[in-house]
Amino acid sequence: MNAPEPKDAFKVVGTRPIRPDGVDKVTGKAIFGTDYKAANMLAGAIVRCPHPHARIKSIDTSKAEAVAGVKAVVTGADFPSVEDTIVRMGETSASTVDMAQNVMARDVAYYDGHPVAAVAAISQEAADEAAALIVVEYEQLPYHIDINESFKLDAPAINPNLKATGLAEGEKVSPNVTTKFPYAKGDADAALAGAAATVTAHYTLKPVHQGYIEPHACVVSWKPDGKIDIWCSSQGAFNIRGLTASFLHVDIGSIRVMPLEIGGGFGGKNSVYLEPVAALLSKKSGRPVRLLMSRSDVFRASGPAPGAEIDVTLGADAQGNLVGAKVEFVYSAGAFRGTDAMPGVMHAICHYKVPDFSLIGWEVLTNMPKHAAYRAPGAPQVNFAVECALNELADKLGIDPIEIRLKNAVGPGDPGMMGAPLGNVGLIECLEAAKAHPHYTAPLGEGQARAVACGSWMNYGGPSTASVSLAEDGSVLVATGSPDIGGSRASMAIMASETLGVPYEQINVVVADTSSVGFSMVTGGSRTTYATGIAVIDAANAVIDICKQRAAKMLDVDVSTIEWIDGEAVETGNGKRLSLRQIAEKSGATGGPISFEKGVSPLQHLPGYSAQICDVEVDRETGNVSVVRYTVVQDVGRAIHPAYVEGQMQGGAVQGIGWALNEAYIYNKDGRLDNAGFLDYRIPVASDMPMIDTVMIEKANPGHPYGVKGVGEVPIVPPLAAVATAVGNAIGKRMRDLPISPERVYAALNEG
Amino acid sequence: MPSPAYHAPDTVKQATDLLAANKGARPLAGGTDLIVQMQSGRSAPAAIVDLKRIAALKEIREEAGYFAIGAAVPCTSLKNNKALAAEWPGVVEAANLIGSVQVRNRATMAGNLCNASPAADSVPALVAAGATAIVAGASGEREVPVEQIPTGPGRTSLADGEFVTEIRIPRQQKGSSDAYLRSIPRTEMDIAVVGAGASLTIDASGTCTSARIAIGAVAPTVLLVEDAGKALVGSKLDDGAVAKAMEAVSTACNPIDDKRGTIAYRKAMAGVLAKRVIQIARERAGGN
Repeated sequence: MNAPEPKDAFKVVGTRPIRPDGVDKVTGKAIFGTDYKAANMLAGAIVRCPHPHARIKSIDTSKAEAVAGVKAVVTGADFPSVEDTIVRMGETSASTVDMAQNVMARDVAYYDGHPVAAVAAISQEAADEAAALIVVEYEQLPYHIDINESFKLDAPAINPNLKATGLAEGEKVSPNVTTKFPYAKGDADAALAGAAATVTAHYTLKPVHQGYIEPHACVVSWKPDGKIDIWCSSQGAFNIRGLTASFLHVDIGSIRVMPLEIGGGFGGKNSVYLEPVAALLSKKSGRPVRLLMSRSDVFRASGPAPGAEIDVTLGADAQGNLVGAKVEFVYSAGAFRGTDAMPGVMHAICHYKVPDFSLIGWEVLTNMPKHAAYRAPGAPQVNFAVECALNELADKLGIDPIEIRLKNAVGPGDPGMMGAPLGNVGLIECLEAAKAHPHYTAPLGEGQARAVACGSWMNYGGPSTASVSLAEDGSVLVATGSPDIGGSRASMAIMASETLGVPYEQINVVVADTSSVGFSMVTGGSRTTYATGIAVIDAANAVIDICKQRAAKMLDVDVSTIEWIDGEAVETGNGKRLSLRQIAEKSGATGGPISFEKGVSPLQHLPGYSAQICDVEVDRETGNVSVVRYTVVQDVGRAIHPAYVEGQMQGGAVQGIGWALNEAYIYNKDGRLDNAGFLDYRIPVASDMPMIDTVMIEKANPGHPYGVKGVGEVPIVPPLAAVATAVGNAIGKRMRDLPISPERVYAALNEG
Repeated sequence: MPSPAYHAPDTVKQATDLLAANKGARPLAGGTDLIVQMQSGRSAPAAIVDLKRIAALKEIREEAGYFAIGAAVPCTSLKNNKALAAEWPGVVEAANLIGSVQVRNRATMAGNLCNASPAADSVPALVAAGATAIVAGASGEREVPVEQIPTGPGRTSLADGEFVTEIRIPRQQKGSSDAYLRSIPRTEMDIAVVGAGASLTIDASGTCTSARIAIGAVAPTVLLVEDAGKALVGSKLDDGAVAKAMEAVSTACNPIDDKRGTIAYRKAMAGVLAKRVIQIARERAGGN
């Protein structure tokens, strides 16, 4: 393993150049999902179920097909059967089978917004008119929006075929339980019985949407030769390719996905919604088909993150050392099984040294859209409960909230998430920096209060591919398979520039289509700068090796006499230099064009930690909460492009603050989503936020040539507890239910 | 789906003729409500009569007894009229809470009034100000107190073919001012959970000689709470008088429970906001 170089040795890493995609984006030239148009393209429309749970008795498409300009209509009957998919995908098929049904309902629609049919026509007006003429006969079925209702032993089953995982032999549970994930060490009950102080409390959260600005959109062309072209924005073109291939039972290689610019994803664009439907409409009509979601569709049928019911007991000795913890939570999954229970358990208390604990994560179906990953999926909910409880415990023991965290924080060598010893992690440094920050001791104004919270996220590595090639004039071209959500083109250019010794401005980075670069996992899990970065660095180093060989040939010397210095081949001894341009210009005569593609799958990623300080001011007459000062301290590894790292820290904090204060899915009495728009689904607006101060703790990851850890997710984890505790401190009540809307604060201030 | 016919008349007469001749036609001022309703399928007018080419409707006139604000004047422009902003800061602020900057560069107060949302921000301020609307139709013009224009959510007292050409706000007397506040969970880009407007006149002795309090989003239409005004007139706006006005406001409320707020919270906030707008209007009036 390469040890990271000391920071001073870097020339480009740690600088803040303008992002390569910046000018296109601020001048409106960038092509996002909704911008793309193909020649002869048809407009599509999707018919969505208006009920929370209904059997589809019949679908009559005859009137729709008779509308002038309609070229194709599809329903669930046009998709390969679920049984065929199970046969094809084998035993690991559960999530694929679920997603295939989520894309288009078959016999049963599971939520308000579930697609039941789709139309393609020569104009959007004709498609919309035809969609409105599709007659679906429904038999409404019992449904659950509320987690507690769905979790009851005798609750009606949402999906009678569901088989729960993780249950003990013979364990009786609700038929809607998808997963039980228990994880324990020692005897938590005995440890808590011996604690000097304990806190036991119940916490609740509603599902929240990722809130990306760009709605889902795609254009798909199923061509006469059976090949399928897809243009769409997503967090992973390869993911769109693989899932579409499995839903439609075609070979992966027959699909080519052209990634468009993405206007936010936050985990919600790892999923596939429109592409397989547009593909079938295109196959039937013989023309490219575009499908777009409206904002209402986005809320009704994509996202959200799980809502939760959480019970926590924490116990500590008189000095504040945690002695035991019990955490049991139930997360909603939406209409199909989800994946957040396990990371919820993993991130519940892993940032602290707790000798004895019992953690149980449950997940239940609810008649809502199939839940999707959202920035540190599964972690913020449970962290909210645990960090609020820890703040209560600190108050009970009369210990400063940062002190109690410092007493318990994990450091290098301590057991990590699932017991393995931690590497070069920086939670302790984050807490110390927070304690030393002027914010922590600044005087508070009238009606103001302060709180802190901290949290962790595991981060990830995994498969990525990058190619580095030289143009005839020595220009450097970098292609990756990783969609650029948070400035990854800039980071890749910086790492290529650092490695090659070529100025940043001479590096040209593109996000390539799925037929032009090797497989790359989604941009998610805070993995891209780490894993794709390693692919870029490895490919750049391989290009250096090739250049050295070519230079040796040109100079007629042995390659061992060539060194690579500042982007040039230098012959040791006489100092004769050949520039990248000179080498590239002669490459045709020295062995051919110079390029290298590298596939990697690194797993030496390290978890990230963040400690955050929040000041709020509460209007005691109205219950309105203003966040008046906010500081994010984060262990970021080496910051390749510090401005974009700080941007991630600020963005994560803002999303967490929105989650704490105003965001929530609201369903009406008929089980329909009642706030499917940005007016009544309230993400923060700019004027709601103070400047979010950032402090980067750069504790390098030895498992990356430049020390990268992931940075995108952990900043959303602590804000929920930081805000809730601060509001509670301001009004002298504990705020255990999110969102903390003005009305809830008012009620807390005026209750008995 | 047929596109509606689009007309852009140059005079009020042409506009009323077009509205009379096209059943199902809708007048268009800023379009920030109408076009959104058309795009979402909630409204499908047969024709649109755009008022923005009618020169007279694009001006703010300062007459001897009143300000006349044309139906096509965008909310942002209100801020640029120094006399209006000085005499009716509450009205100008209320109109400039609607939507976003971009929306307010198009949206008009007449449109805000005729959209007939109980939560319309400019309307409680206009009602408190004693504003009137000039309504034009085939049979000529009439002047109506603004509170008589909306009759319920999305419904108005305008007859077929009628439209509001201007809003008139009386010139302010000495010792007078106004204020508007709303309750929203965020700081902007939102819709009032409750809104309250106050217009006060205070004499040299500090006694309130006239008071109009109006509240929004707590009933099917914006309400003028006469009892709240009565509680203040003759008082020195002492705590007791203000408490009586708050009580009158909470009693007048007839809100609904919905995703934006409960009945109990709305009633409580109506009182709190009434108190605050009375305080702000009082401070402003002291300087006039």
